[in-house]
Amino acid sequence: MNHDAYDDNYIRSILNNVKSIAMVGASPVNVRPSYFAFKYLAQRGYDMIPVNPGHVGKELMGKPFVASLADIGRPIDMIDIFRNSSHILPVVEEALKLSPLPKVIWMQLGARDDAAAEKAEAAGLKVVMNRCPKIEYGRLSSEISWMGVNSRTLSSKRAPIPTQGMRLSLNRTSFGGGQTAASDRAAKNKTETP
Amino acid sequence: MTDRLPGFSTLAVHAGAQPDPTTGARATPIYQTTSFVFNDADHAASLFGLQAFGNIYTRIGNPTNAVLEERVAALEGGTAALAVASGHAAQLVVLQQLLKPGDEIIAARKLYGGSINQFTHAFKAFGWNVAWADPDEIESFERAVTPHTKAIFIESIANPAGSITDIEAIAAVARKAGVPLIVDNTLASPYLIKPIDHGADIVVHSLTKFLGGHGNSLGGIIVDAGTFDWSKDNKYPMLSEPRPEYHGIRIQETFGNFAFAIACRVLGLRDLGPALSPFNAFMILTGIETLPLRMQKHCDNAKAVAEFLSTHPAVSAVNYAGLPGDRYNALQRKYAPKGAGAVFTFSLKGGYDAGVNLVSNLKLFSHLANVGDTRSLVIHPASTTHSQLDDAAKVKSGAAPEVVRLSIGIEDKEDLIADLDQALRA
Repeated sequence: MNHDAYDDNYIRSILNNVKSIAMVGASPVNVRPSYFAFKYLAQRGYDMIPVNPGHVGKELMGKPFVASLADIGRPIDMIDIFRNSSHILPVVEEALKLSPLPKVIWMQLGARDDAAAEKAEAAGLKVVMNRCPKIEYGRLSSEISWMGVNSRTLSSKRAPIPTQGMRLSLNRTSFGGGQTAASDRAAKNKTETP
Repeated sequence: MTDRLPGFSTLAVHAGAQPDPTTGARATPIYQTTSFVFNDADHAASLFGLQAFGNIYTRIGNPTNAVLEERVAALEGGTAALAVASGHAAQLVVLQQLLKPGDEIIAARKLYGGSINQFTHAFKAFGWNVAWADPDEIESFERAVTPHTKAIFIESIANPAGSITDIEAIAAVARKAGVPLIVDNTLASPYLIKPIDHGADIVVHSLTKFLGGHGNSLGGIIVDAGTFDWSKDNKYPMLSEPRPEYHGIRIQETFGNFAFAIACRVLGLRDLGPALSPFNAFMILTGIETLPLRMQKHCDNAKAVAEFLSTHPAVSAVNYAGLPGDRYNALQRKYAPKGAGAVFTFSLKGGYDAGVNLVSNLKLFSHLANVGDTRSLVIHPASTTHSQLDDAAKVKSGAAPEVVRLSIGIEDKEDLIADLDQALRA
């Protein structure tokens, strides 16, 4: 695996297949990048678990913090590590003790530990380093293009409509009973004409 | 399967654009709206707090403009871009992220006359100082570096004489000084030169010129190469320090390799205000679709006209890097092998008066202060764009009294040559 440049298909298959993500180093402070990413991924439907021993007893978007990966107590698809490069290895070692093993180790933007990556890959895990899953999700969905970012993708197909098609909406404001004044007058004239 | 990298012409047509999700419209719609409704209060707060991607207000971003931004970022090989109202606005927004009062930029002396004015007068009033260096003498950039230097600014193909800048040599000076290299790529367009491939950290354009290409819409753009580490030392606090206007967010930490483009948008454009009209963005996008075709024709015509002028008895010199004997010919073959651009100067044996006469005798060339139009354009810099410079500065910037500047259009070259010939003989 070339960790300097990932194919979009590699990133896309990870983001399409994982359902649960434990975020190690998640912060409840709403100006921290980990908070942004946690919230964004939760809103995209991922089952998010905040892991941070310093915040046990608190919640992040309604999800209780746990102290360690071992405390999660259920299978996890992906570990997203929001720690500096020097703190990656112990987290990966802890992840490799989980049963069943997670499928993906993801190290945040700015974080890279090639030795830890090698260990995880040797155990059959996929590894992504120095990337942000929020940015990658936004890029591959082209949502990030709103910010003028080069998504490095092209498509001649209509983008999916977020609401899956037009729905009857019951909260629109109606005027004139849904008819025009002229049509009402015409209807009235018709009934009054002998 | 590895990802296939699309070619330049494919990107020029497709990058950033996708059929509209609601209507299926294939051309990019003009979202001529000031504002965008929020889904709910939390969505609004997330957008204002930079936590979500989305639209708020057209001064900060607009879906039509976003297509233009992504397209130019893709053509230049950058991570992101920000479109603004003009090339001048692009330069203002870029430098606002980098400089505080008392800081300096080093700028190439050969620049568009409007940029020389902007740097010398308007920016001086902000306390941003400029040190001028000679792009033909790389050491002059090295000598100009001081502890206050925050950026180096050059043009890839320099106005007015179409000279070619040794981007890689100046990028090496910038790297050594630990400052970003800003390249104005207006006259080359990414079709001829991609400055990021040669070490530029930021690329700016006047979209008004070859990218829009039809002389109908003003615009400017900033492209982030994603190459510069803004947090390495404390030189660029707009990007590395917590921003009070966003509750303490650090821009580079949050946005990674497109942080500069985001800073330009949420700190620069938001607060300074030079937003691009979505209508102009649409016109420029339409122009970009044919950029590769037009640019090649511009260059081929320019070379034919330059060759004609170089043998004309009324002409004393032609400065066109595409001519074999030109002093910039070697740099042109290295940096812009497809062509030397379409803007160049030539000198008349008859001096200042001959320049004024030529301009008034031309019938097809338009006398105006723009370049990069489908139409061929002519100007006498000494009496117009560079008239505010003193005589010595005019000569140094390539706008001596006998010099005439041409911007060659995409008409038939035989007609352009015939028009110049009759005007030179009149």
